[in-house]
Amino acid sequence: MNFLSLIDWWTLAIAALCAASCGMVGAFLVIRRLSLLGDAVSHSVLPGLGAAFMLAGSRSPAAMMAGALAAGVLTAALAAGVRRIGRLPHDAALGVVFTSLFALGVLMITWVAGSIDLDPGCVLYGLLELASLDRVDLLGCSVPRALPWQAGLFAGNLLLVVLLFKELRITSFDPLLATALGIHAGAVHAVLLTAVSATIVVSFEAVGSILVVALLVAPGATAQLLTDRLGRMVALSAAIGAGAATLGYLGAVALNANIAGMIAVAAGGMFMLAAVVAPRYGVGARALRHASLTLRIAREDILGVLYRVGERGPGGAQAALQHAQAVRAAGATIFARVACHQLRRRGLVEQRGDELALTPRGLEEARRIVRAHRLWESYLAQNLPLPLDQLHEASERFEHFMPRQMQEQLASEIGRQPDPHGREIPPG
Amino acid sequence: METFLTDLARFASLQDANTRTVALGTCALGVACGVVGCLATLRRRALLGDAVAHAALPGVCAAFFLVQTRSFAALMIGALVFGALAAGLVALVRAWTRVREDAAIGIAIGSFFGLGVVWSGLISRRPEGAAAGLDGFIFGKAASMTGADAAAVCAVAAASLAVVALLYKEFKALAFDEEFSAAQGWPTFALDLLVMALVCACTVAGLPAVGVVMVVALLVIPPAAARCWTDRLGLMLVLAGGMGMLAAAVGVGLSAALPAPRGALTRGWPTGPLIVLVAAAFFVFGALFSPRRGALAQMRRRAVEAPPS
Repeated sequence: MNFLSLIDWWTLAIAALCAASCGMVGAFLVIRRLSLLGDAVSHSVLPGLGAAFMLAGSRSPAAMMAGALAAGVLTAALAAGVRRIGRLPHDAALGVVFTSLFALGVLMITWVAGSIDLDPGCVLYGLLELASLDRVDLLGCSVPRALPWQAGLFAGNLLLVVLLFKELRITSFDPLLATALGIHAGAVHAVLLTAVSATIVVSFEAVGSILVVALLVAPGATAQLLTDRLGRMVALSAAIGAGAATLGYLGAVALNANIAGMIAVAAGGMFMLAAVVAPRYGVGARALRHASLTLRIAREDILGVLYRVGERGPGGAQAALQHAQAVRAAGATIFARVACHQLRRRGLVEQRGDELALTPRGLEEARRIVRAHRLWESYLAQNLPLPLDQLHEASERFEHFMPRQMQEQLASEIGRQPDPHGREIPPG
Repeated sequence: METFLTDLARFASLQDANTRTVALGTCALGVACGVVGCLATLRRRALLGDAVAHAALPGVCAAFFLVQTRSFAALMIGALVFGALAAGLVALVRAWTRVREDAAIGIAIGSFFGLGVVWSGLISRRPEGAAAGLDGFIFGKAASMTGADAAAVCAVAAASLAVVALLYKEFKALAFDEEFSAAQGWPTFALDLLVMALVCACTVAGLPAVGVVMVVALLVIPPAAARCWTDRLGLMLVLAGGMGMLAAAVGVGLSAALPAPRGALTRGWPTGPLIVLVAAAFFVFGALFSPRRGALAQMRRRAVEAPPS
C-alpha cells in the first residue's frame, strides 16, 4: 500500500498546530524554570473536571473546559503560596500541590463513578487517532472538531506572544527591572499562566496529557540549545514542536503505533540530538572546543620545549629533540602525538630522522610563546612576593592565553632585563 | 456509622491478613519515601521521582519484551533499569548542557512515557495477548498487594534507611553545603548518584502499590510537611519518615473502613489517593500552625512588628 495514502492530513494539521502552540508558550516556561508546570497542571485538571461535572451535572464541553481552566490557574496560584509558606523549592511546591489535587480528583471521580465515564486512557494518551472522525461544519466544509479549537489556540498564543513580547521578555529575565519600569511582573506572570492552562486544556482533549507535557518542555529546551535570542528561541520552539509532531506522526503511521506517544518520543529525540550536535551549546561542540584547546596547548608546549633546548644546546636555537621527548613534553597523551603531527604539517617543525627541529617559522612562533612565559614570570617576580620555584607553574598556564597587547605592555614595563631565572626574554 | 466503627476496629486489630499485608507494605513505603524524599528535596530534585516513575513504563515493556512473561521480578528490574537511565540522563543533561534540571525532568517524563505508550501498544497488539494492561503495573493498586510484594517493599525500605543512616553525615553535608562536602574529600558526585539511586529504588518499589502520581506524592509531601517544623536534617528525616508512615496507616485504615461510594463499581475507596490526602492534610496543618514557619505565626509576628498606628 502507498505510504502517503495512509497519512491523514487533518490529524497531522491538528498535531502540528497543537505542538506549535505548546512550543510558543513552553519556551517561556523553560526560560522561567517553570518547565514542570505543564506536568503539574495536566494532572491537577482532574479535580477541575470532577467538580465541573458535579456542579453542571453533565459532561458539557463548556463546563469541563471552565473547570479544567480554573484548576490549572488554581494549581499555579497554590504552588506559589505553598512555596512561600513552606519555603520550598519551586518544584517541590508544585509536587505537593499537583499530587494532592490529583488524589482529590481520583476520589471525586470514584464518588461519581457510577454516573460518569471518564476513561483514564483517553486522558493520558489522547484520541489523535480518532480526531479526524469527529466532524463539524465550518464555513460550509466539514472539518474535524478539534481543528478550529487548535487553530484558535494557535492564533491566541501567537497574539499573546507578539503583543506582550517585550513584557514577557523583561519579566522573564529581570523581574526587578520590570517592576522599576512600571511593568507589573505578577500580572504578566498570571497572563502567561492562564495562557499555559488554556493551552493544556484545549490540547488535552485532542492529544492527551502526556503529549502536552512533552510538547511544553522539549521544543523550548531544544531551542534554548540553538540560540541565545529570546525571539528566535520562541519561533524555533514553535517550529521544532511542529517538526516533532510531523516526524512523530509519520513514524506512528509507519509503525502503526500510538500517535501521541510517538510524537513525544520524537520531541525527546530531537532534544537529545540537539544536546549532542548543537553548534555552540551541544555536548559535541563543547568536546570539540575542548579538544582543539588541548591541541593548541600541546602544540605550544612542544614549540616552547624545542626553543629552550635550542637555547641551551650548542647548535643555537635550531637544535632538535627526540620525537618521543617532544611527546612527553606535551603530556605524553594522544593529543601530544596529534599535536606533533599538526606542527609538522603546518611547517613549524621538521622531522630529521627521529628528531624534531624548529623551522624558521616555528622558531618565530616559539619565540612568541617563550616571550609571553618569561614576561609573565618577570612581572610576577616584580609584583608578588612569590618564591622563584612557583613562577613557572603559573606562567606555563598563562603563556597560552596572554593577548599580544598585554605582551607589549609588560615588555615596556619590564624593559630589557633577563627573566627571574636569568634567561633572556626573546624580543617580540 | 456502626459498620464504620466495626470496620475500623477490624483494621486496627489487624485481624484481616490482607489488610495486614497492605498496611505493612504501605507503611514501610511511607517511611522510606519520606526519608529519601527529604534528601531529594534538599538537593532541589524533588520531582526526579516523577521522571523515574514515568520511565518505568517503557522499562516494564522492555522486561516483558525480553522475558515474554509477566514475572513480577523481571518487570521490577526493567522498571528500575529504565528509571535509572532516565535519572542518569537528567543528571548528564544538567552537567553537560545549559538546559536546567526542571526542563530535563520534564523532557524525561514526556519522552519516556511516550516511548512506553508506543511500546505497550505495540506489545499488546501481538497475538499472545498476555501483555494487555502492562501499564496497570505502574498505575498501582494497594489493595491487591501480595505478601511477596510487601516483603519486597519492606526490603527496599530497610536497605534505603540503612544507607541513609550509614552515610548520614555525608548526606547532610551534601544537602546543605556541597562545597564543604567536596572540600572534605567526599565523592560528591558519587553521593549525588547514590541519592538518585535511592529515589529510583523507592519509586519503583512503590509503583505497583500506589502508582505513579501517588509515589511522587509520598516523596514530596512528607518532607515538605516536616520542613515546616524544623531546620535540622536529623529531625526532618525522622518527622518525614514518621508522617509518611502515619499517612499510609491512616489512609489504609480509611480505605478499609469508609463505606463504599454509592454506585461505585469497585469495593471501597482507593487507598493511594487517601494516603496522599492524609499526607497533604499534615502539610496544611504544619503550614498553618507551625510555631515558627506557619502562616498564622507569621501573621501574628507581622502584627506585633507593625502595630496599627
